[in-house]
Amino acid sequence: MRPILLKGHERSLTQVKFNREGDLIFSCAKDSVASVWYAINGERLGTFEGHQGTIWSIDVDKFTKYTVTGSADFSIKLWDIETGQNVYTWKTKTPVRRVEFSPSGDKFLAVLDGVMGYPGSVTVYELPRDAQTHQLSQEPSEEPLFNIMTQEGFDIAAVAAWSFLDQYIAVGHKDGRVSKYDGATGEFIDALELHTQSVSDVQFSPDGTYFITSSRDSDAKLVDIETLEVLKTYETDCPLNSACITPLKQFVILGGGQDAKDVTTTSSREGKFEARLYHKIFQDEIGRVKGHFGPLNCVAVSPQGTSYASGGEDGFVRLHHFDKSYFDFKYDVEKSFEAQKHMQELESNA
Amino acid sequence: MAAASIEDIKLEDITVDDIDFSDLEKQFQVDSEVNFDNFVVVDGAPVAPESKVPVLSKVLGKLFSQAGKVVDINLPLDEAKKTTKGYLFVEFDSALSARKAIKLLNGKKLDAKHRLFVNGLSDVEKFGSDDFESEFRQPKLPEFQATDYLKSWLQDEQGRDQFVLQKGELTGVFWNRNTQQPENAVEPRSNWSNTTVKFSPKGTYLFSFHNQGVASWGGKNFERLRRYFHPQAKAMAISPTEKYLVTLSPDPISVPQDAGEDFPFGPESNGHQLCVWDIATGVSVKTFALPPNQSLHWPMIKWSFDDKYCARLGPNALAVYDAENNFELLGGKILKIENIMDFSFAPAGVKLAVNRNGELSSVLAFWTPESNNQSCKATIMEIPTRRVLRTVNLVQVSDVTLHWQKQAEYLCVKVDRHSKSKKTFFTNLEICKLTEKDVPVEKVEMKDLALKFSWEPTGQRFVTISRTETLDDNPSIPKNVVTFYAPEQKEKTKDDTNDDAKKWKAFATVTGKFSNTISWSPAGRFVIVATLVTPDTRKADFDFYDLDYTGEKNENTEDDVAANLKAVAHPDFYGATDLQWDPSGRFVAVWSSAVKHKLENGYKVFTVTGEVIREEMIENFKNFVWRPRPESLLTNGERKKVRKNLREWSAQFEELDAMQADSAMRELILLRRSLLEEWINYREESTENMRDAYNYEVFDQVEFSTAAEDSEVVEEIKEEILEEKEEVVDSFEEPATSE
Repeated sequence: MRPILLKGHERSLTQVKFNREGDLIFSCAKDSVASVWYAINGERLGTFEGHQGTIWSIDVDKFTKYTVTGSADFSIKLWDIETGQNVYTWKTKTPVRRVEFSPSGDKFLAVLDGVMGYPGSVTVYELPRDAQTHQLSQEPSEEPLFNIMTQEGFDIAAVAAWSFLDQYIAVGHKDGRVSKYDGATGEFIDALELHTQSVSDVQFSPDGTYFITSSRDSDAKLVDIETLEVLKTYETDCPLNSACITPLKQFVILGGGQDAKDVTTTSSREGKFEARLYHKIFQDEIGRVKGHFGPLNCVAVSPQGTSYASGGEDGFVRLHHFDKSYFDFKYDVEKSFEAQKHMQELESNA
Repeated sequence: MAAASIEDIKLEDITVDDIDFSDLEKQFQVDSEVNFDNFVVVDGAPVAPESKVPVLSKVLGKLFSQAGKVVDINLPLDEAKKTTKGYLFVEFDSALSARKAIKLLNGKKLDAKHRLFVNGLSDVEKFGSDDFESEFRQPKLPEFQATDYLKSWLQDEQGRDQFVLQKGELTGVFWNRNTQQPENAVEPRSNWSNTTVKFSPKGTYLFSFHNQGVASWGGKNFERLRRYFHPQAKAMAISPTEKYLVTLSPDPISVPQDAGEDFPFGPESNGHQLCVWDIATGVSVKTFALPPNQSLHWPMIKWSFDDKYCARLGPNALAVYDAENNFELLGGKILKIENIMDFSFAPAGVKLAVNRNGELSSVLAFWTPESNNQSCKATIMEIPTRRVLRTVNLVQVSDVTLHWQKQAEYLCVKVDRHSKSKKTFFTNLEICKLTEKDVPVEKVEMKDLALKFSWEPTGQRFVTISRTETLDDNPSIPKNVVTFYAPEQKEKTKDDTNDDAKKWKAFATVTGKFSNTISWSPAGRFVIVATLVTPDTRKADFDFYDLDYTGEKNENTEDDVAANLKAVAHPDFYGATDLQWDPSGRFVAVWSSAVKHKLENGYKVFTVTGEVIREEMIENFKNFVWRPRPESLLTNGERKKVRKNLREWSAQFEELDAMQADSAMRELILLRRSLLEEWINYREESTENMRDAYNYEVFDQVEFSTAAEDSEVVEEIKEEILEEKEEVVDSFEEPATSE
């Protein structure tokens, strides 16, 4: 597996994202310029320039029409991908830690930091779109649709993500808790003390019915959104910054490493700056991908499951197209299960 | 006191011991030398006056001396009538003569009025006594004793094969577990057999040799099924359908006079050495005396493929027996064949071209050497019709061997010939195509003398080992040549009407070998040409060949054949004395037997590609025997299906193998199985819940949209400089503009 190095950011990466077709990669970093790249060869397609500070988060809608960025400069910006133009800017009270379009693309959420007396919130904005062209049909409202303010007794939200059909919002808190809210009203539904340290990432399965969390406590967990039942736990030996669920194969990819502030004092070997592949169902580690020389801040996998990208503290995005051995890899148990299934199908066809 | 008068002596007072009976004993002593078996009682003789007694004695004496030497004839006289009583006693010199007389003369008509009834004296006593019950009593049938299911080993869940290992006095049956330690099928037993053990052709029975005969074993625990009483039995053979067992003993059978009901042989078997048994019941169905002065060819009785007929070689004759008709000679007589040398039955039913309904015929072949005015001949004959299907005439023959292909489509008559001067020898192969009309013969001429010949069990290819004639007879120079033959593959042309003319072609040769053994995998395709240790060869070597090699480079020297030869492996086992393929044709066992030499005793099991999967060096290791399997019950269609799903099957088998490798792995696999099942259940539940609650279909990946409007072709143009040239131009003339 030969990685493609996306060199374009001047500072550490904060998030990478694939579009729905998996042919474009969106990345943002602490250098205030977001980038979009061709997934096929790693060529940069363009940049989104306009933020005044670190861009903490980026997302692309399912039509690959707009991208949204959340920045430490107290603003959220909406960009037209085709032109790279800033379409709209929302001012916020605190730095924006995370932005994400809802699956329908009609809304997006923003995680607002709890600083300067603001208790922190997950704020949802609406995007009025034309049903045909998916273009903005009118200027979006500056006012949020609703605010999910940090609940009493909970630490502030660190990350958040949408479930299937915009149904729920799953929020990862700094205290390791995960809470669940109604995606239409923002009403609190349930919470779960999942991790012992801050939740660093929440990413849903392709169909949005279950999600994976990563935490600074070195664990990643797979949780069903409907029941908030913990399905699987993946234990590692280093703080985790990001985790994603691979489509096509039954794996998860976890990224992390020694704390960024200790990076200069550790070698890359000891720093555990590797992407780790675990078997989603059997919870075994099945492989590691080396390359970064700082912790991995974010990992993302293409919705088709054919490639993944990781963004590191080292300022690089490493894009990997999986090769044959990845697709061929199967446990004997899986092979024999598939074989039995195949034979049953033949049997029933006959 | 006066002596007691005789009256005073009371009988009661005399103790018996005091009386001397010796005189009486002497008088009435029965001569223990007298053997009543030597006497016969003759009834129905003429009643003659006393004067005719000498004449009558003379006549009868002459008559009875046909059977043997007559010692005495006693014609009792009726004192009143002065005539003979019509019966007499004849004493012979031996019981054998007496028996012969009974057989020969009982029921003999002396003249129109007189018929002699000849019986043994002991028989008369036995059958004439009042105690003898003359009423018929139903013989008691022994109670039926159920045996284990004899084919239970075929029901092994993993379809493993069994094999027997013999070392020292121990014999054990084991399950083949590939690379792992074989598992005991039964506890190894000591002295299970005096010598070797033998499986029946389909693997149902295991036979062992004992002083008292042979025993069969079977079922899950290899319990003893039957005993076949044949003292000192030294050889055994089992008929193809496992119905009959043939045993041979150097000791002629002797049937004791008082042989009980349990004794397997009747008096007619006295002196016989060859015995046929019904395997299932343990009953001796037929015994044979050995023809005098015949060299021993084992097996002495050969069977047709369906066990309906068997035959054995006699001097200038072939005796064919109908097994279903009490082993009567077929047609009531033997087949006179002058100088018959050898014969063999087709190993399968032959679909002769004349059999319109596709029925299968039993066919045998035999050969006769050159004699005064006859050429050497190989003859193919159908049984029971005794119709000659084909005769092949041969000249200048030194030896002939018959090689049937396993499906009996072909018979190769290997003819070792000599030149007129008898100085050089060479071999012709006459291949008879039995399924074709009139059984055409295809001749393959070889330059050298073929030592070995072997058909591919499932095909039409064969391998020979021949020896090149050289002047140098140094035995350390390898002179054997291995040659591979296959039917010629003709280009399909329009006028290709004569489909029958199948020609065999040598498509590869390997020279400079000591090889002495050809062993095909039972599944075909793979063949081992080996040098096994014999008194003449010191060092074993093995060449594994694949005849359907799929890779690029094959070792064929001819192209237009249905074969791609490749030598796939040359594993080492210098001391090897024997080899045997497992019934599936995936593994081959090679062993060095302590019976043959004491070097490097033990066994190795190889895969078809020559990889060692098991290796055990065992002191005093004797024998390795794979348990055969009956033919597969799968139809061709089912086989095809299995082949089609081979990948699916192998995935499951690989998991099983991994599970067997060790228990920890087994636990892990079981755990993973349950995890996988759990996950699948979770996803199924999710699917249902989402559908019910939200009308939402779950999915596992986003397909890449192939719609043209959604995609964009990205073209990358790369420029590459192929060559750079610099030229210095001396002068540069400007074109004249004036013109």
